[in-house]
Amino acid sequence: MDSLPLLSITIFLPLLGALVILLNWGNKERSLAINARWVALWTSLVTFVLALILWWHFNPISGEFQFEEKLQWMPLLDISYHVGLDGISLPLFLLSALLILLAVLVSWSSIQTKVPEYMMAFLVLETFLLGMFSALDFILFYVFFEGVLLPMFLIIGIWGGPDRIYAAMKFFLYTLLGSVLSLLAIIYIYFEVGSSDIPTALITSFDPQIQTWLWLAFFASFAVKIPMWPFHTWLPDAHVEAPTAGSVVLAGILLKMGGYGFIRFSIPMFPEASSYFTPLIFTLSIIAIIYMSLVALAQQDMKKLIAYASVAHMGFVTLGIFTVDSQGMEGAIMQMVSHGLVSAALFICVGVVYDRLHSREIAAYGGLVHTMPRYATFFMFFILASIGLPGTSGFVGEFLVLLGTFQVNSLATVLASTGMVLGAAYALWLYRRVMFGPLVKPSLKSLSDLNWREDLVFAPLAVSVLVLGLYPLPILTMAEASVVKVIDQFNLALEGGGEELVDTEKTLEIALVKRGF
Amino acid sequence: MTSFYWPDFTLILPEMILVFSALLILMEGAFLKQVSFRHSVHCGTLALGLSLGLCLFQFETGQTWVTFEGQIKQDDFIFFAKILVLAGATATLSMSLPSMIKENLSRVEYPPLVLFATLGMLLMVEANDFLILFIGLEMQGLSLYVLAALHREHLRVSEAALKYFILGAFATGLFLYGISLIYGFSGATNFEVIASVIRTESINALPLGLFVGLVFVMAALAFKVSAVPFHMWTPDVYEGCPTPITAFIGGVPKVAAMVVFLRLLLSPFILLYGEWYSLIIFLSMASMVVGAFAALRQTNLKRLLGYSAIGQMGYVLMGVAAGNSEGAQAVFVYLTLYLVMFIGTFACLLSLKGKTPEGVQDIEDLKGIATLHPKLSFILAVFMFSLAGIPPLGGFFAKLYVFKAAIAAELFWLAIVGVLTSVVAAYYYLKIVKAMYFDDLPETPAPSHGQLLVLSAEITVVLNICAAIILLFFMFPNVVLEMAQRAAFALRI
Repeated sequence: MDSLPLLSITIFLPLLGALVILLNWGNKERSLAINARWVALWTSLVTFVLALILWWHFNPISGEFQFEEKLQWMPLLDISYHVGLDGISLPLFLLSALLILLAVLVSWSSIQTKVPEYMMAFLVLETFLLGMFSALDFILFYVFFEGVLLPMFLIIGIWGGPDRIYAAMKFFLYTLLGSVLSLLAIIYIYFEVGSSDIPTALITSFDPQIQTWLWLAFFASFAVKIPMWPFHTWLPDAHVEAPTAGSVVLAGILLKMGGYGFIRFSIPMFPEASSYFTPLIFTLSIIAIIYMSLVALAQQDMKKLIAYASVAHMGFVTLGIFTVDSQGMEGAIMQMVSHGLVSAALFICVGVVYDRLHSREIAAYGGLVHTMPRYATFFMFFILASIGLPGTSGFVGEFLVLLGTFQVNSLATVLASTGMVLGAAYALWLYRRVMFGPLVKPSLKSLSDLNWREDLVFAPLAVSVLVLGLYPLPILTMAEASVVKVIDQFNLALEGGGEELVDTEKTLEIALVKRGF
Repeated sequence: MTSFYWPDFTLILPEMILVFSALLILMEGAFLKQVSFRHSVHCGTLALGLSLGLCLFQFETGQTWVTFEGQIKQDDFIFFAKILVLAGATATLSMSLPSMIKENLSRVEYPPLVLFATLGMLLMVEANDFLILFIGLEMQGLSLYVLAALHREHLRVSEAALKYFILGAFATGLFLYGISLIYGFSGATNFEVIASVIRTESINALPLGLFVGLVFVMAALAFKVSAVPFHMWTPDVYEGCPTPITAFIGGVPKVAAMVVFLRLLLSPFILLYGEWYSLIIFLSMASMVVGAFAALRQTNLKRLLGYSAIGQMGYVLMGVAAGNSEGAQAVFVYLTLYLVMFIGTFACLLSLKGKTPEGVQDIEDLKGIATLHPKLSFILAVFMFSLAGIPPLGGFFAKLYVFKAAIAAELFWLAIVGVLTSVVAAYYYLKIVKAMYFDDLPETPAPSHGQLLVLSAEITVVLNICAAIILLFFMFPNVVLEMAQRAAFALRI
């Protein structure tokens, strides 16, 4: 373990796969496509297995970064290649590895043009995502964070729907605008801290007045990424126009980059600013939950409906994060993982019928349950998970978030709960319109049920949603220690503000007692 | 009076190689009955490459030499600049051959002109005296005007060349006027003497004329680097000149002028930082904004690249505005990477046939070529993303260092304007990627649409080297960073 840089191998293996495809360029078109698919499948599969091995070796008791690797990158500027995982990043790391694997499978036969480029884009994307979640150096983090835009832009723009160019441009420029401001904040922090090391920056305390600016700069980046209402307008376009696998990765992982950023940076580094802005975040989250659910209710396009639902679900995540309560934050992490699985599954569900009928209009369907029973079962299951039915992972996340919020703000809890009801409304109504009713449309009569490859994609998603719903401890214990560390640090900074000498030991003890240790 | 001594000619060996080979090529052209254009271009490239090798050999000695009665200086800063200039000139001259022949521009005077222009730029960067600087500036300027007008029977080309000449001559006038003011109020043209004059007097006691002279010199140099509001000639010249010549005019001379800008401000005039930095901030901001917004609606590719160059120079000026060694370092990294991206982009354009004999002109000419030439489009897309400053490509790091220098100097607003305009500018770089990858081939394409020119080995080599530098910069940033640090160290700020 100590000798092998397992984490770096996991991060850069997909890039190697992309390189293999690149070097194969120039062969015959057909064999090239088949080659690219298999290379991508094997690379992402091995990467996923490596990620699981990392999980196996992960020690959940410690809140520290694990599998740390530090190499000199730009020694002149004190910028290093520093990676590591803790309980906050590992769940998302695993999620990324899983979803890219599924994305490759999903696009197996539905993508027929420029296949090598497509597979390369996904593999490069995987490296960026894994690197982003494990980067422990600000510059490295930013490189991966913004680098994600490149493959995603191409995926939407080349293989997307009819309005793909507009969507790709909007996606790229909107998110770029958000992230460049955080670049300036990062550089400022670099000068304050003296290096771009994230663990060092996390324990540095910043002047409260500066914190406000830095917090806002990071907010610009993460609020667009997650996205919070009213910065979400790029999302419906991008999700709708992206190919199925693109939507899967967008909804499944890219949205989590924002949530991850809030937990990793905003809360521990800028505690004063975070608590100052909590009312703002709460308000925006509540608006997102209620308003976006209502908007989802009015959609005619299946993908758009799921896209708006995603914004609403992300409202729960931001709500949970900014309670800065262990239940709320663990709930937020759980909700991110759960939404990653469920929304990915729902987008694949849409992709399945889109591949067959090439329409995403809800009105074009109806009565599918008669011809596609296996599909109907899976779709039903994921719809229920999206609503947050007890026994699915969606329930655990939303319930914990509400529990955490209730300790901070009961009004917000009440309002957020209405979002769950609305969620049931739009999800079940969607299901009713697509699946139930008489099978009258002639074009639907000949639709075939899921093939073995599609079953293969749905099975791991369904199993993990169900297992995490019944037994969420793997994720919760994984995150526990790191979340507690963040919360303690946050409380410490707020209580210990001013000139008072803080008795660190004692506060920690109190915090632990409070948590029932 | 000092007694006469023999100047150290070994220090100007690269320049002498250029002079003699340029003269030889000219002689050949004048006296030999049959001289192939190919042969003279190859000779010119060889001469440039040879002097590049010499400069690389001299770099990193950490020493400073002053020769020719204190008129010429050589240190790591200057060697780095000379390496950039010579590398850029070698690359552009070597890759221009096929399209020069195709556009009927195979005149023997072309390679000597490039050599003389390069020689002028070398003189500019190594000058330790305003007079030598002026001679260098004029030498490169006049050669470039002739180069721009090489296609003299072509109306648009003549227009571009005339604009270039008139505005350039205007800048020269400003420059001379500035020098004469500086000379009048400090009593010297030598940089070191001027620096010591400024050092001995307190800033308030310095005569106003010196500042006025400095502003004139800065305005003239702003012309040369095409900073707003002295940028008017750039889009016209970029569009009007034949593409291989644009590749030369647009890249290397700007690097040379920017290095001179940096050296002047940071070496003799650093004590006046409080006086000049606000001017540079203005030039930088205005260039970034104009470069970003004016290019949005361009459909002509070369014109768009002209505006892009204006914007990019704004970022370089941000490093100058920082006024510290960090800024100087950032400027060098930026210039290096910019030159690579610029030459790489033009290498891509030069390898394609366009609608007309002039080659690729409009963004439309690139429509859907990704299906025809995946590798070439990939490389061009890499350059576009890099120019837009998207990580992990080299262009991002160039911007990162510049922003870092600006924030270290507490120029927050400049940095904020910089990042915001970089988002605006990203749009038009993306437009080119969009044309190649997202658009389909036109229904009734021109017969030569998306067809490759007969590629010479040189273009392929240049293209691959440039792409490799930009793609792999993130793996080996230290090579360039350390060189830039040595160069900045030689300034002794």
